[in-house]
Amino acid sequence: MSAAASLAGQQGLWFLSRASGLTLLIACTAVLVLGIAARTGAAPGRLPRFVPAELHRNLALFCVAFLVLHVVTALLDPFVTIGWAATVLPFLSGYRPLAIGLGALAVDLGGAVLLTSLLRGRLGYRRWRAVHWLAYLAWPVAFAHSLTAGGDLHIWWVALVEWGCGAAAATALLARAFHALAHRGSRGSRTRPGNRGLAGGYR
Amino acid sequence: MTRAPAGLARYARAGQPGPPPGRPPAPPALPRLLPAAPSGQPASLAEHLTRYGPRAAVLTERSRVGLLREVQESGLTGRGGAAFPAFVKLSTVAAGRDPVVIANGTEGEPASAKDKVLLTSSPHLVLDGAVLAAELTGARQVIVVAHRDAVAAVSAAAAERGRPGRGRVQITVRAAAGGFVAGEARAVVNWLSRGRPVPTAAYPRLFERGLGGAPTLLHNVETLAHLALIGRYGAAWFRSAGTPAEPGSMLVTVRGAVRVPSVLEVGLGTPLQDILELAGGPSVPVQALLLGGYFGSWARAEEVIGQPFSAAGLAGAGAAPGAGLIAALPADACGLAETARVVRYLADSSAGQCGPCLFGLDAVAGQIEQLARGERDGLPLLRRWLGQVDRRGACAHPDGAVRLVRSALRVFASELDQHDQGWCRGTRPDPVLPVPSRRDR
Amino acid sequence: MTAASGRSPHPGRPLIRVDPIACAGRGLCAELLPELITLDDWGFPMIADRGVPPHLAADARATVKACPLLALRLIPGPGPT
Repeated sequence: MSAAASLAGQQGLWFLSRASGLTLLIACTAVLVLGIAARTGAAPGRLPRFVPAELHRNLALFCVAFLVLHVVTALLDPFVTIGWAATVLPFLSGYRPLAIGLGALAVDLGGAVLLTSLLRGRLGYRRWRAVHWLAYLAWPVAFAHSLTAGGDLHIWWVALVEWGCGAAAATALLARAFHALAHRGSRGSRTRPGNRGLAGGYR
Repeated sequence: MTRAPAGLARYARAGQPGPPPGRPPAPPALPRLLPAAPSGQPASLAEHLTRYGPRAAVLTERSRVGLLREVQESGLTGRGGAAFPAFVKLSTVAAGRDPVVIANGTEGEPASAKDKVLLTSSPHLVLDGAVLAAELTGARQVIVVAHRDAVAAVSAAAAERGRPGRGRVQITVRAAAGGFVAGEARAVVNWLSRGRPVPTAAYPRLFERGLGGAPTLLHNVETLAHLALIGRYGAAWFRSAGTPAEPGSMLVTVRGAVRVPSVLEVGLGTPLQDILELAGGPSVPVQALLLGGYFGSWARAEEVIGQPFSAAGLAGAGAAPGAGLIAALPADACGLAETARVVRYLADSSAGQCGPCLFGLDAVAGQIEQLARGERDGLPLLRRWLGQVDRRGACAHPDGAVRLVRSALRVFASELDQHDQGWCRGTRPDPVLPVPSRRDR
Repeated sequence: MTAASGRSPHPGRPLIRVDPIACAGRGLCAELLPELITLDDWGFPMIADRGVPPHLAADARATVKACPLLALRLIPGPGPT
């Protein structure tokens, strides 16, 4: 009885890690979509402009908390050996080095984005923005990690969440790409009055 | 780029003959900066030294302090349009480490020709002034940014002076960028350092961190020419022209409805009527004058023609000497149409960095064009937009355009009524004020 | 620069300044601090000349932080004359 309970408890860590991972995927996808919405001004209707921007920031901070849970439960899990170093140094893990390595890479990239965002006032806009581009790399890496390390894709609703997030992110990224193309003639985010026919302008 | 007006370099009075050999030349009466008789050629180094004598040299700390005091007592102010006291700039930059001196001869204003004329007739005077400014502030480098029509003359003059010895001031001549805003101080620095002739953020100020991070002294070339002469002849001599509150002489570009459009040198405070006479007098009856530059103001002829050309004299008419433009509008021209053309040019000349300038000036230009065409109901919206554009950019470009439009609405109020009724006093086919074509910008 | 002079009727109160070159007219600031910031007809912020009153100080700081382009600054007031 106690052996079964302890087994269940130990398996509980693994469940928690996988569950927090899936939640994290949804949350990070939302962060990406909100960030792109804030940048392109594509918020629905009368929603104030600060809503996507502030939601993006707050949700990102929430993701950090959830990430800690996800990583710690995975590390504490007795069935797999990952090692603390492997959470930030890619491909050091004993268990599924590629999959975990992708996760470590995502942590590194996301960590850089987070750190610079917290210190944005001191770094200045240009430097902050340069590092923030890494977010576009962090998400696909995290997504690849979820596909390779999750191991639950045979469950239909896990697959639904995975591909749903993938589709949402792909749509948002395409929208961002179109936005960039539409404004490629202008410096920064402004168009000249003469060619303002393009995509409704800068906002 | 329009050419400088025909008959450039007519001068106020015949100059002095050369001094007897062995005696230093007497300090000049007017003209001081421009040659006494125009020769069409830049003054050579020998001619320059014959006319003015040897340049003021800052050999000791004591002479440096003494010369700085002369500049302060002279009351010299900037001749680029802002009329900032030269002594304040000099002493502020002198307090910095390893400063740089920039002589600004960009003259982005298409209607003004004074800097081009000065650089092509008396380049050595400008170089003397720039070198003196460098010695007064401890700078070892001078960069002369010259309008492309004047680069050859300035480069030749710099070459004539030979290589400076070690520890002496080094002169570099660079061609200026074209465009209206290219002459703005920070735009010049940006042009030199990054090849982009547009203004940058207001802080840090140039005298703190400018070109290459060094404290930068940037002066209009005419200001430096005056400085060179103050160094030689002193503050009292400088103050012998002009008024007590606004001392010295000034270069003005007189054009439009005058018989001999020219660049003249006049003492500040000379009545406008006299200045027009020096340019041959009006060729046809004059209804209004554009004073200062395209960033300046219109004034009705009758309210300003008897006034002295000085800040104090023109203030009552809402105008200022600015960069010395005096453009006479003939009675058979339409002031609104002229203003509309200029404002469209100013809007197109926006650096495009600040929203209120980029979009606001475009909108203002559209409204003024409407008014010139006779659609008067745009007036309230125009006034609203003028209020929204004024002082909302990183530089003074939108402010100048707003000033011009506001003065036009006041001075040409009767034209507004006329257009409303469907007619216009303007019957001349050619425009008066020069506006570069799109190809040349 | 926004207003011509930084003079506010309440010396000592901090002032909000916008860098017009950095500003892209995204408009978050006017939403977050409508008491002091309105948008012109092209979507760019017009900031009131008067200083930030004490009851809006926290909102002002949050607004400055929220600008996506870091175009806003809070500068100390000119101080009592």
